[in-house]
Amino acid sequence: MKNYDIERHVTGESQFVDDVITPEGMLHAYVFYSEKAHAEILNIDLSNAEKVKGVKAIFTSKDIPGENQIGGIIPDEVLLAESKVEYIGQPVAIVIAEDQLTAKEAASKIKVKYKKLPVITNPREAFKAGQMIAPQRTFNLGDPDNSWNSCKYIVEGTVESGGQEHLYLETQGAFAYPVEGGGIKIVSSTQSPTAVQRVTARILNLPMHKVEVDVLRLGGGFGGKEDQATPWAAMAGLASFKLNKPVKLILPRQEDMIMTGKRHPYSSDFKIGINKEGKIICYEVTFYQNAGAAADLSTAILERTLFHCTNSYYIPNVKATAVSCKTNLPPNTAFRGFGGPQGMFVIESAIFKAAEKMGLDPSEIQKKNLLNEDDQFPYGQKTENCHSGITWKNAEEKYSINTIRDEVKKFNAENNIFKKGVSFMPICFGISFTNTSMNQASALVHVYTDGSISVSTAAVEMGQGINEKIRQVVSKVFSVNIDRVKTETTNTTRIANTSPTAASTGADLNGKATERACQHILRQLKEIAAEILNASSITHVEVIDEVVHCDGNKSNLKWEELIKRAHLKRFNLSSHAFYATPGVYFDQEKEKGNPFAYHVYGTAIIEATVDCLRGTYKIDSVKAIHDFGKSFNPLIDKGQAEGAIVQGLGWMTIEEVIYDENGKLLTDALSTYKVPDIHFTPDIQVDFLKNSDNLKGIFKSKAIGEPPFMYGIGGYFAIMNALKAFRPDADLPISAPFTPEKVLMNLYSKVEEKQPA
Amino acid sequence: MKTKLNFICNNSQVEASVHPGLSLLDFLRKELRLTGTKEGCREGDCGACTVLIGVLNGTKVNYHSVNSCLFPVGEANGKHIVTIEGLNGTDFSVVQKSFIHEGASQCGFCTPGFVVSLTGYYLSNERFEINDAIESMDGNVCRCTGHQSIINAAKKSTQLLSTNISNHTDHINALIKSGLLPEYFSGIPGRLKSLGRKFPASEKILSPQYYIAGGTDLYVQKWEDMLKHNVKFLSSNVILKTIKEENGNCIIGATATVTDLIESKILSKYFPKLKEHLKLFGSLPIRNRATVGGNIVNASPIADITNILIALNATVHLTGSSGKRKLLLKDFFKGYKTLDLNKDELVDYVSFKLPAKNSYFNFEKVSQRTYLDIASVNSSIYLEVTDDKIITTHISAGGVAPIPLYLNKTSEFLKGKTINAEIVKEAAVISQTEISPITDARGSKEYKSLLLRQLIFAHFITLFPGKVKMKEIA
Repeated sequence: MKNYDIERHVTGESQFVDDVITPEGMLHAYVFYSEKAHAEILNIDLSNAEKVKGVKAIFTSKDIPGENQIGGIIPDEVLLAESKVEYIGQPVAIVIAEDQLTAKEAASKIKVKYKKLPVITNPREAFKAGQMIAPQRTFNLGDPDNSWNSCKYIVEGTVESGGQEHLYLETQGAFAYPVEGGGIKIVSSTQSPTAVQRVTARILNLPMHKVEVDVLRLGGGFGGKEDQATPWAAMAGLASFKLNKPVKLILPRQEDMIMTGKRHPYSSDFKIGINKEGKIICYEVTFYQNAGAAADLSTAILERTLFHCTNSYYIPNVKATAVSCKTNLPPNTAFRGFGGPQGMFVIESAIFKAAEKMGLDPSEIQKKNLLNEDDQFPYGQKTENCHSGITWKNAEEKYSINTIRDEVKKFNAENNIFKKGVSFMPICFGISFTNTSMNQASALVHVYTDGSISVSTAAVEMGQGINEKIRQVVSKVFSVNIDRVKTETTNTTRIANTSPTAASTGADLNGKATERACQHILRQLKEIAAEILNASSITHVEVIDEVVHCDGNKSNLKWEELIKRAHLKRFNLSSHAFYATPGVYFDQEKEKGNPFAYHVYGTAIIEATVDCLRGTYKIDSVKAIHDFGKSFNPLIDKGQAEGAIVQGLGWMTIEEVIYDENGKLLTDALSTYKVPDIHFTPDIQVDFLKNSDNLKGIFKSKAIGEPPFMYGIGGYFAIMNALKAFRPDADLPISAPFTPEKVLMNLYSKVEEKQPA
Repeated sequence: MKTKLNFICNNSQVEASVHPGLSLLDFLRKELRLTGTKEGCREGDCGACTVLIGVLNGTKVNYHSVNSCLFPVGEANGKHIVTIEGLNGTDFSVVQKSFIHEGASQCGFCTPGFVVSLTGYYLSNERFEINDAIESMDGNVCRCTGHQSIINAAKKSTQLLSTNISNHTDHINALIKSGLLPEYFSGIPGRLKSLGRKFPASEKILSPQYYIAGGTDLYVQKWEDMLKHNVKFLSSNVILKTIKEENGNCIIGATATVTDLIESKILSKYFPKLKEHLKLFGSLPIRNRATVGGNIVNASPIADITNILIALNATVHLTGSSGKRKLLLKDFFKGYKTLDLNKDELVDYVSFKLPAKNSYFNFEKVSQRTYLDIASVNSSIYLEVTDDKIITTHISAGGVAPIPLYLNKTSEFLKGKTINAEIVKEAAVISQTEISPITDARGSKEYKSLLLRQLIFAHFITLFPGKVKMKEIA
């Protein structure tokens, strides 16, 4: 099992946007952005900037021929600021010059007169001020108001979770060049080619067919290039269109970090009620999402927070309310998990705090409340092939939880400076775009007369191995050597109206579309084969390992000959096929439905060691039984799980996005924003849940991109448990990321005097 | 200010007339169109631009990894530059095969940097240890894999190579034979030698506006500036690199790199734990370039080397147009990023008294991420102790003041005291009166104050585990 793409990566041959050989006369763009978080623009003076040698043009909102609007879900975001700015980093002007340095130098000479307006960066303050992106939403199950009486323990609290910088290693970028007929071609690093096409067409006042978007591959996306790759491509498109020249726009790292949105920080209130048997009876939660200055994907992300607010637990009475709050920060956006992690972190915190009060280990409550078959989620859907309990049980057994606990206990008894903690993290994550209409994809398969095959889909390769998986689908359906199959770039002229490659659905949707396209061609090939071999019907023939078999017997007819004959007989060797996930729907008025094709389950055990003298820590290990369905590329799937786990741990621990009270990002470089490095990496063991399959996924597999991210949440509680081994009585606030600063401050803050009961 | 440069890049000779201050990264990508070397951050924090620099040393070429974003192309003159493309042979190399086998690459953007770093490890070491091989990639960040598969790939290639080249005399040829390098590597020493004969190094910069030592901070802060000014490289001056023992003193040349410190036999004799301490400094490619003098004149309040040297009560030696002078390093810093240094003066070397037999030294650093990060607070301590009594002590503290701080009062207080928990607690209280931390991206002022206290505790708990115990302190 291997991944063909890697062969090109290890030699440096793989091309990203900035590596492609470009048309002659390429100009370069630099984006001038707002330095105020909230202000009216009184005047923009470009005169000094325009005088810089090598500058070709400077564009502001006035130069946009079409509509200055890039909002996807809600039309509330301009490409270039008009009369006001709402966050630091908001694009105001685009400087075009012979090279990027010149453009940057010119940009530093642009003078803007601002009239400052009040700045809000906190979502609760925004909520109080009535600044909401959309009306708040509430999911209800059972009768929460009347069920608190049956709870023996009721615990309330507040939970904070921080933002997260995507830190795709390749920054945002695109280049554009004019094509005949007044159109434009854009090569973009985007998860969403159609969004780039639609928005650029809108900006330029062109029909969509005049904007062609091509995507080779992404140097990482993680959601950060789902909606927010669009503006840079549209800006390159605008400049190219206006100047009739090729224009490239690559964001330098610092500009990328300042100008683009991140994972949404949340501030949440919870109330959890548990009966004397340890069953969770009731859960009430309110999420305040920090959306930033525009909607972007915030409302969809908020919806997924609600979908996952009870994680892997069955809770009969739930009232979950969520509100997206508008602040003066860059619009926050999609990031692996898409609001799910934020929702799950709160229920896990609630269980932790309840366990603290009950004098139990949180895992006792977690285990008692895991989902069972046919249990209902707050959104109405019921579990099907539920694997919550089995992954938990397998994890306990395979990783010998009792031995782990004994060793931790022994270690903590023997060590004064270092303390260890262990936690469980079960996950349940729904697969499908929760916007039902997006669950569609298509594929275009060509078989060439030499027997080689090319396939285009709506999927964008960004490291998740989709190219290899698509090749496997083709190879498997035709039963030909995988080396015959090449995946093409993702291109809007070959595949139209694409959904973004997101929501972990890339392989399912595009794999199924590819399977169908191949089946169309295969059916025709079988007709030819049946005719050649004098078989009575196509049911008697099949291709096995490149050779046509008739009634189970090998014939002399091989793949290449079969293709040649089919072509001579004028059969169609190309097929375009379409796939839409069946059975998914959601009624937003009732907040009930069946939004997900299926769920992914798993359970992880996480261990951490805290240095209680210095406040530093190490996540020692993450061991997970994960439900991959029936994986058809274990190497890729395991890699996705490992990468997601570490990214999740990063979000919970050292990755800290800090804005000051003026809305200025303080962590705007890799020297101040720290992601996990090779030393950070814990010992990761991911095991495949046995005997799992999934009729709703491609080749019975399950989606893998996002779900394992949430195992990282266990890292927070492993550290918490280690802290509690040092300070058993401490009542510690829950606020992620759990930075070394917070650990140390918690270790040595004054122990609250316990109030007599 | 264009300069003629001659060097070998991969298997090709390069002749170029170019501004020597241009980053090697830009030269590779834009002039040579070698796009396997990627720009990820332009501040030496991601490693996507890692390349190897081969320097002729007698009949051999010594290779080390650098961040090409922080490396001026002028410094490539007369050297062998190896990019990812230069590692490609007719078949995949051992490292490349291991990455493919383990699935140690996802989006692929960081991958060339990892492959170059790991290959560089085998090139520059004759004995392979799995942990060292893994740590050679401490300057590379992968956002996709979580590094587990990369660790597996390093294990795999180390095992493969270790068994293949156990008995050999010629390291490079052994590596070629075992499939790590393309064949052309064997001809590089000869080619560099004749290159040196044909184009002897010349130094004709009249009025340098920038002196560049390692450039690891200069190129982070001002890389655009380097293109507009005359630059002079200090690294070619071998005397400035020397580390030596002289009359009971240790002398460290201003352009000695952190790697030079780690590899110094003198230093490891007197400071056996220094290697461990200095692993917390930058990453391997940074340590290969960052210099002692640079760390000092950069005047960052959290400079690690400066922090160590202040506790060793080092003296800094300067040369200028009006001659030479020296002063204690702790007195060199006048305010935030300002030095007692005239415009025409350069740091020549630093010196300090080699530790006495009854001495103790410790370095502590806490940062958000343990490795390749800048300290929230760092601190070093030097003690001379006789019969449990402290005779001499110097304590430094970084990140708690506008300058790298010498804790004068705290050090004074400890003199003559017998080591025990109470004294240490008292010292920590006194240290709090000497500092003025601010809140920034590296932590709140409250945190930094608390952290310094803890690090002072940590010094004593580490050095005197029998006398000062965690339980008595926390």
